[in-house]
Amino acid sequence: MIALYILLSMMILGALVAIEVRSLISSVVAVGAVGLGLSLVFLLLKAPDVALTQLVVEIIAVIILIRATIRRQLPGSPVSARPYGVLLGLGFAVLLVLVSLPALQEIPQLGHPYMRVAETYVENGLRDTGATNVVASVILDYRAYDTLGEATVLFTAVMGVMAVLRNRGLKGGEEG
Amino acid sequence: MADRREDGMSLIVKTVTRLTLGLILLYGLYIVLHGHLTPGGGFAGGVIVALSLVHLVLAFGGRSAWKRISHSGASVMEATGALGFLALALLGLTAGFFLSNFLPEGRAFALFSAGSIPLANLAICLKVGGGLFAVFAILTIFTAETASPDGGER
Repeated sequence: MIALYILLSMMILGALVAIEVRSLISSVVAVGAVGLGLSLVFLLLKAPDVALTQLVVEIIAVIILIRATIRRQLPGSPVSARPYGVLLGLGFAVLLVLVSLPALQEIPQLGHPYMRVAETYVENGLRDTGATNVVASVILDYRAYDTLGEATVLFTAVMGVMAVLRNRGLKGGEEG
Repeated sequence: MADRREDGMSLIVKTVTRLTLGLILLYGLYIVLHGHLTPGGGFAGGVIVALSLVHLVLAFGGRSAWKRISHSGASVMEATGALGFLALALLGLTAGFFLSNFLPEGRAFALFSAGSIPLANLAICLKVGGGLFAVFAILTIFTAETASPDGGER
């Protein structure tokens, strides 16, 4: 439990470093550290599936981000130094906490979820689908529509990236 | 700078890459094929497969790597995965409804069990691996070497 809070504060620290640091590549590395911390948090919360996915996705995301940023090293993004912006943000944060206070009191203890829907899956997953990994039985059997939608989202995202970058590549290069 | 990058990294890195590339690819396939038994699955395994290809490109540099693997191959891989998943979903209609698990369940903890879940994992692996590698390939080609013959050919 205490490890979780240490990790969370390290992640917040990493995110702040990523925002404040001047060189883009250090920023990318700091974002990678945040993702690594998130992966460890998932592991602590006993979700090895999500931890594994988070870890490998973080690695490829950092590589892609480095690839995308290494060529144009911007001299640091200018952070707007409006004093009332901070106050406004803090005000909204306080407002948000006040409004969501009743809901926050209803949250179950960490590690003791309500398990209303999940109980069915945990109990019947092996019998219904034959998969010993409950996560696989959920994402590819019970909730396969979600996975189909997710795959479509990824497909569209890749298509969009290819279309946008191809356009710029054609303009930048001499040949088609 | 561009020439140095196309030559790839140092001999040490290249040698280590030769040794580890197959292991990483194998680990990714293991994660995919055992997705219904242990943590992992198509998404994580697909990313590891893509990472092994990214590893190759990073170590050997753009020009020599693109001779062995093409990014249009990655697009084909992704399209195969997407169509494969859709085909599995449609084959589910034979057992009653869209996306139903139409194959027999088999014995628990056996590699060939859980009906169509391993096949769906494989399709998702192809999709995710192909898609992420295609993004990486596009970024490498069009941000670094737009003028090179490999970049122009697309």
